Amino acid sequence: MADQSLPVGQGIETALDRTPAHSGRGTYLEVVHSWIVTVDHKKLGILYIAYALIFMLVGGAEAMLIRIQLIKPHNNFVTPFTFDRLFTMHGTTMVFLVGMPILFGFGNYLVPLMIGARDMAFPRLNAFSFWISAFAGILLYYSFIGGVGLAGTGSAPDIAWFAYAPLTEKAFSPGHTTDYWAISILASGIGSIGTAINIIATVFCMRCKGMTLMRMPLLAWLYATMSFLVLVAVSPLTACQAMLLIDRYLGGHFFDTQAGGSAILWAHFFWIFGHPEVYVLVLPPFAFANEIIPVFSRKAIFGYPAMVAASVGIGFISLGVWAHHMFTIGMTSFGNAFFTLSTMLVAIPTGIKTFNWLATIWGGKVRFETPMLFSVAFLFQWVIAGLTGVMLSVSAWNWQLHNSYFVVAHFHYVLVGAIVFMIFAAIYYWYPKMTGRMLNDTLGKWHFWLMVVGFHVTFDTMHFPGLLGMPRQIYTYEPDRGWNTLNFIISIGGFIQAIAILILVYNLVHSYFRGEEAGPDPWDAWTLEWATASPPPAYNFAVEPEVASRRPLWDLKHPEDPDSAFE
Amino acid sequence: MRIKSNRWFRGSSSAVVLFAFVLLLAQAALAHASLPGSTFAPHSTPAHEEHSLSLFVLSICLLIYLGVSGLLVYALIRFRARPHDNTEPPQVFGSLQIELSWTIIPILIIVVLFLGTARVLFSVQDAPEPPTALDVTVIGHQFWWEFRYPKYNVVTANELHLPLSTKSDPRPTFLKLTSADVMHSFWVPQLGGKTDVLPNRVNEMWMDPLETGLYVGQCAQFCGPQHAKMLLRVYVDTPEAFEKWIKNQQRTQAELAQPHIAMASMANPGNQSAGPVPPNSPPTHGAVAPTASTEATDAIDARNGQLVFEQQSCISCHTVAGTVANGRYGPDLTHLMSRVTIGAGAALNTPGNLEAWIADPSTFKPGCLMPAMHLSDRQNAQITAYLLTLK
Repeated sequence: MADQSLPVGQGIETALDRTPAHSGRGTYLEVVHSWIVTVDHKKLGILYIAYALIFMLVGGAEAMLIRIQLIKPHNNFVTPFTFDRLFTMHGTTMVFLVGMPILFGFGNYLVPLMIGARDMAFPRLNAFSFWISAFAGILLYYSFIGGVGLAGTGSAPDIAWFAYAPLTEKAFSPGHTTDYWAISILASGIGSIGTAINIIATVFCMRCKGMTLMRMPLLAWLYATMSFLVLVAVSPLTACQAMLLIDRYLGGHFFDTQAGGSAILWAHFFWIFGHPEVYVLVLPPFAFANEIIPVFSRKAIFGYPAMVAASVGIGFISLGVWAHHMFTIGMTSFGNAFFTLSTMLVAIPTGIKTFNWLATIWGGKVRFETPMLFSVAFLFQWVIAGLTGVMLSVSAWNWQLHNSYFVVAHFHYVLVGAIVFMIFAAIYYWYPKMTGRMLNDTLGKWHFWLMVVGFHVTFDTMHFPGLLGMPRQIYTYEPDRGWNTLNFIISIGGFIQAIAILILVYNLVHSYFRGEEAGPDPWDAWTLEWATASPPPAYNFAVEPEVASRRPLWDLKHPEDPDSAFE
Repeated sequence: MRIKSNRWFRGSSSAVVLFAFVLLLAQAALAHASLPGSTFAPHSTPAHEEHSLSLFVLSICLLIYLGVSGLLVYALIRFRARPHDNTEPPQVFGSLQIELSWTIIPILIIVVLFLGTARVLFSVQDAPEPPTALDVTVIGHQFWWEFRYPKYNVVTANELHLPLSTKSDPRPTFLKLTSADVMHSFWVPQLGGKTDVLPNRVNEMWMDPLETGLYVGQCAQFCGPQHAKMLLRVYVDTPEAFEKWIKNQQRTQAELAQPHIAMASMANPGNQSAGPVPPNSPPTHGAVAPTASTEATDAIDARNGQLVFEQQSCISCHTVAGTVANGRYGPDLTHLMSRVTIGAGAALNTPGNLEAWIADPSTFKPGCLMPAMHLSDRQNAQITAYLLTLK
């Protein structure tokens, strides 16, 4: 039968090989070797995720040190120099060494499985992309040993994660940490572009039989959109890092204001990367929600074509909003008005997505398993994050809010409340597929509730010091401003979140050895990755699957009522 | 200055439900504190406009949030899985009408929000400068503020004095902002939103303070190690008090000084070639006599202090108008004692703090660009004695 593909619903069991992969583990050295030389998209995906989780702990530890320093006014826990390094490294780490890699990791792992392919389009490029990204991360952290910073002391970059010119020029940043920063960002950008090309090629060229574009899981659509955004957005970032290095080493004057360069030029370059980057980071979590919410609501996603259109629409609109980070930089009133409007427009496709998730839950039978708990929290938090985003787009009000803790609260609501929560949901949802074992449910519930409490204590509170005039990136503050109690509460919430994360780490390790056997399809789900063994064999599917609808496993499980009859 | 807390409550009342449980905690804290940096206590026209706009936007966002989250809560409770029910619910794939409704309604909301924003945006940003306006030039430095009043020939630092503006006698202040080094941002929340301060570029903003008093703010764009201690104090004075302050600031120390202090100053022939003469520059000829440096120099008094000040490298960075000190890199010290703080708000301007600052600024402000000069304690005390005369 191997040469003959069978339509799903008429004997898929014979077509899909569920025998587990070869289980001979070999010696320790062989295992390490096999992970280093692998070009398997699943192993690379897990490498990405593990790499990102390690850096998440590092970045989280930096956040905790920041919160200890800010727990009371005029605190002397760390020096201002150390504090600047901490928040620069925290931001850079979380965006470039955690956010991008973990999302690329899930993309690598899931996209081929969900479209019925055996690997990514370019497996070697995939391995190259991972290792160059890993190099970037290690290089950045090597600056702790190798760099000299702004004030001629210590180590690690201390120029803030958006590194506004001309603070990064030789005159103001004489050491080498800025170079470490620039080269690391450059290198990780190369990795990101490689993976983006790979995902686009995979989605458009490697789909199994019967899987038209409009039958793809939404996850594949969102990853394709995100990859196009990476191609467009990372290029200017790479360009401006090159310009910065030319300034610093070849006597260029792009951003050297003392020689006629422009500080605004850097801001434009950075944010034309930086804003699409937000959507690069948020589209994959949307993709996870698109897969997880229907499965636990026991209903097909509501309005699939509208979801596709909204996702692609977000991709396009997000390329035209970058200067909303620059409402105070001295643009004309017309420029401010333009970017106000374009930014507000993002709310429309985003609203469509939110309402479609709501409609998916509506009329379903919602099971509150751990992945769904995180997704539900995501929905509430995402609405708040979106609304504070609308508030920030109001340029005349933004003059007050810009660079205050209100902004810090807003983007942490997006990055933690939406993105990290959905990443946790994805970890609980796909961990059984990746390892063959379930994560411990009790620990999962503890993780969830501590995370929710810690998150809200920290980031709800954080809006208020901003409204009361507290700017971001200050190592200490005056005691008479009314920020003291608020900052104390914020720090406490941060520590609660740290405990939650440690529970997750313990759960990940513990369940790998002791977890309950998952079986191929623990959630009674509908997409193709659940049609193969857990963990899947190296070749994913023994026979190329053939699909007739968006939910091939629904068709298989409900031959009396297949989706294919309606599409 | 105390802010009336009812303003805060009025301002934030729309947000109460949005962040309900935190607000309980927050208000407990806020009710007791004076909140000098609150964006919900506006004291100028731009700040008022931004404040009312923020209330309008907050109310709309609050309604949206209540609607969406209410629906979500209802759906999650109503459509939760019941125990022992393993059947699948009816599969619904979508509805064009519903999709259209939640596309068009948000578009309408956005039109409203945009028009509301545009009105404030254009009225504040494009407001014409009336002839009665006061011009001030703001120059950001790592990590302090330089303020220049070009029409009055006054230069000061870190503490800005502005006249009160009333409906009957509007006296708005128009600021031109630029930076001497890296990017900064000028933010005094109760007087208006922030404007970035960039090198090689001049930005503009205006404010018309409607109540006298002290307003605080600080640099809002990361600019290096002491970004946090780049504080701003704005004193809004009655017109009479402002005129009085200006009059005092206009006097050079040569005019103020006792003859024996002026004697200490050395002639400064080099000043003639220093390009365009900045305001408050010392007179170039003859206003001060050559020093009689042979006198005993160990008494701790202002005269010896001035000698030390002028013979060490203090004067390469600092100006004291009417003397040879004409450095431009650090704050103008001509009327240092008219300021309440030193180090851009890092410490109160007391004799003890002043002496400690001169001995080693990094005790207050590690990373600030003024070096410890490694003078003897006696020299530091002498300089302090001199600075205390700069009223």
